Amino acid sequence: MNVVTPFEGIGASVRRKEDLRFLSGRGQYTDDINRPGQAHAYILRSPHAHARIKGVDTAAASAMPGVAAIYTSADLAAIGGIPCGWQIHNKDGTPMAEPKHPVLAEGKVRHVGDPVAVVVAETREQARDAAEHIHVDYEVLPASVTMTQAQAPGAPAVHDDNPSNLCYDWHIGDKAMTDAAFASAAHTVVFETTNNRLVPNAMEPRAAIGDYDTTTGEHTLFTTSQNPHVIRLLMGAFVLQIPESKLRVVAPDVGGGFGSKIYHYAEEAIVTWAAAKLGRPVKWTADRSESFMSDAHGRDHISRAELALDAEGKFLGLRVHTQANMGAYLSTFAPCVPTYLYATLLAGVYSTPAIYAEVKAVFTNTVPVDAYRGAGRPEATYLLERLVDVGAKQTGFDKLELRRRNFIPTDAFPYQTPVALQYDSGDYFSTLEQALETAGWATFEQRRAEAKARGRLRGIGISTYLEACGIAPSAVVGSLGARAGLYEVGTIRVHPTGSVTVLTGTHSHGQGHETTFAQLIADKLGVAIANVDIVHGDTAKIPFGMGTYGSRSLAVGGSAMDKAMDKIIAKGKRIAAHLMEASVEDVEFERGTFRVAGTDKTKSLTDISLAAYVPHNYPIDEIEPGLEETAFYDPKNFTYPGGCHIAEVEIEIETGIVSMVNFTAVDDVGRVINPMIVEGQVQGGVAQGIGQALLEGCVYDSHGQLISASMMDYTMPRADDLAPVSVATHTTLCTHNPLGVKGCGEVGAIGSPPAVINAVVDALRDHDISHVEMPATQEKIWSIIHGKR
Amino acid sequence: MPQVSLTVNGKQHTVEVEGRTLLVELLREKLRLTGTHVGCDTSQCGACVVHVDGESVKSCTTLAVMCDGAAVTTIEGLAKADGTLHPMQEAFREYHALQCGFCTPGMVMSAVDLVAKNPQGLSEKEIREGLEGNLCRCTGYHNIVKAIAAAQEVMHGRRETVAAAAE
Repeated sequence: MNVVTPFEGIGASVRRKEDLRFLSGRGQYTDDINRPGQAHAYILRSPHAHARIKGVDTAAASAMPGVAAIYTSADLAAIGGIPCGWQIHNKDGTPMAEPKHPVLAEGKVRHVGDPVAVVVAETREQARDAAEHIHVDYEVLPASVTMTQAQAPGAPAVHDDNPSNLCYDWHIGDKAMTDAAFASAAHTVVFETTNNRLVPNAMEPRAAIGDYDTTTGEHTLFTTSQNPHVIRLLMGAFVLQIPESKLRVVAPDVGGGFGSKIYHYAEEAIVTWAAAKLGRPVKWTADRSESFMSDAHGRDHISRAELALDAEGKFLGLRVHTQANMGAYLSTFAPCVPTYLYATLLAGVYSTPAIYAEVKAVFTNTVPVDAYRGAGRPEATYLLERLVDVGAKQTGFDKLELRRRNFIPTDAFPYQTPVALQYDSGDYFSTLEQALETAGWATFEQRRAEAKARGRLRGIGISTYLEACGIAPSAVVGSLGARAGLYEVGTIRVHPTGSVTVLTGTHSHGQGHETTFAQLIADKLGVAIANVDIVHGDTAKIPFGMGTYGSRSLAVGGSAMDKAMDKIIAKGKRIAAHLMEASVEDVEFERGTFRVAGTDKTKSLTDISLAAYVPHNYPIDEIEPGLEETAFYDPKNFTYPGGCHIAEVEIEIETGIVSMVNFTAVDDVGRVINPMIVEGQVQGGVAQGIGQALLEGCVYDSHGQLISASMMDYTMPRADDLAPVSVATHTTLCTHNPLGVKGCGEVGAIGSPPAVINAVVDALRDHDISHVEMPATQEKIWSIIHGKR
Repeated sequence: MPQVSLTVNGKQHTVEVEGRTLLVELLREKLRLTGTHVGCDTSQCGACVVHVDGESVKSCTTLAVMCDGAAVTTIEGLAKADGTLHPMQEAFREYHALQCGFCTPGMVMSAVDLVAKNPQGLSEKEIREGLEGNLCRCTGYHNIVKAIAAAQEVMHGRRETVAAAAE
């Protein structure tokens, strides 16, 4: 039965194992789960951006039908605040400001959507009805809505004990060396921009169910999470003080995340706590409006970048000042996004010798901001790739030539940047040339002329990018402020008849892990993927793990599996040596077959697993029975995917509507396990990048009211907003993980926004503009064309 | 409480509902057919699309009481009783038209109705426009469009299999 066809291993576009259940309506997402006797929670949220809570009157609500309990912060006094997982230090070495993030608002509400009270009732409708009868006496306060407002003298303090609203003032790089580069520059280019705030909008709204077994004292949390072990750690150790042995966190099928389901959220603690308090399961499911005001948002930077060039166009220095919005509280990974996932990426694909970046993180009366697909790298890439285009225009260098002239040479790897990272491999010249060819760059002007005859302005834009993922070596991230290790864990369990169960600490939320990981096993152990099951998303089943984010699942999680397979093979060789009466050094293994070297004596993996579990003829004094191995893999470095994205757009002159007409992506994601899945990941990432560039933007009004709080008001790309995306890969192998893989989950969202805006600016080349801010909406473009800006 | 009698995936049900109960709540909570999803609260995302008397509708915007006497098909009822997938389901798998799977049931039900109503065949542009009522955050739609283009050939008897239609 264990026959692997050549089409199942590494490099095959195997159709996904998980699809059958999703296509049949048999997926099981958190909201699909109902526990016996469960009650329903509704969270009453702040309608104000900033207000003092003078009182909460729950008497009328408590008398409503079906109400089991109503809780406010007073009831939760004994539990901890929501912890932050990363501590950044200021320029002067002092730690960042880290205000308490209470599970329910204490004394003040700090953003629209801040949870104030919880109603638990027999039905969701009863809980919601009762919440309407809670009277909260708010003293509305002026709000610090924008970062500029928040940093003005006398601005309303989001946290009373921190009147500056500053979270941290951090820097990286060599300031003196960078200043010197500018002093000797032939050209200096300045670019200022806002990287628009985004709402992740995974299609599955967040949900959580708490359950408690009064006889064993065991808590179970079902939740929409990308990393159930991290939730167990954060919520168990810091918020509710429940030991790991008494807390099981289950994340079943997860309907998208894009980062927004990494973090530990208040609702998880609320249902876990309330279930124990009430002795019955408590379920909460967000409606979409709640998602808009309670899921962590993404991006939201204001930046000024300066580039120094010599007379030949060589980059001499880069100076960046960025303000990053943290929102009202620090979400789990928020502080590391605009620092170690952003400023360390500012070298990009260029050999700029001197870089200095300052980042100020600011509290505002808005929803917390954290990692969203790409997390810091899209912001860095956008700043840099727009800056290069602006620089090319200003200095008169051709935009392609300027890039080529400054690319890190292909023979310069490993390459140490001036901002901490050491790139292991890449070939930016090849991805550029391949993309130019595919996109028909050389013949663009003909298409532009043809479009003009149709009353349309056509533009082409390029982005040559790099990112750092496969997060990350534990010692390194620890020294940078991470409060966790970022290794991954894999267990390979070979059953007696040779089928395999893999336990992994990563967790798919759409990436197709059940297929890709099975291909790794098929390729190395020679087990048919039909006989490989991937188990993830349950702390009771999986030894440990750190989850899925930062394009780490294959590079870190896959590497852990590979290491565990090495252990299986090593043990298998010892068993095989015994069975074949050979020396273990003489036993070779390839795809399911143990062979005594140079002979025709073989044993299959199934022979070995059977012997391991039925050890009648077995070296029992030397080797334990069973065939199961666990490996922890700690990455040696980040991985560095990169490539070239080219966007082609057309603008309708009369309306200002921007249409995507062509998009080319050539990405180096390292070794490709399943090309179909990689292409799908790039397609999806590019769609989100185009969304950021043209359509999406989170809007607060001057009072801090969230204006774009529904899918009617926040524009996500629909099928007819997008054009076909041509995806290709050009591989250089990662040099430091056993699979040679880099990661593909985020490249699409990282590389594409500057390509699109560069194309929009190019389309408008006959108008006197140097930049269009994201999102490049119809209104903005129409105003430029018709001189109304 | 009002009673609703309806046929769901060929099976007759009589259910007590509140006047405000939505069709999707009836399906998910009363009948435990959880393949139909709720992705928004403004009738924008289409994760909840089912067929009511042969028309695709957003079950999050349809009151259960409006469906008295109706025949409803959900994603659970699309494949044949022996498990053979509908060509649209086959095509979604073949062309990797789904990732997280959450929008998928609604997307498939919308696509089946879109294709059924257009036997003349749909161009890529028409398919994209026809998906106006469904959001997907994972795929970028490219593979969904390819899957629907392939499935329509099979649904209208012009090809034998979705894979062959790709060539």
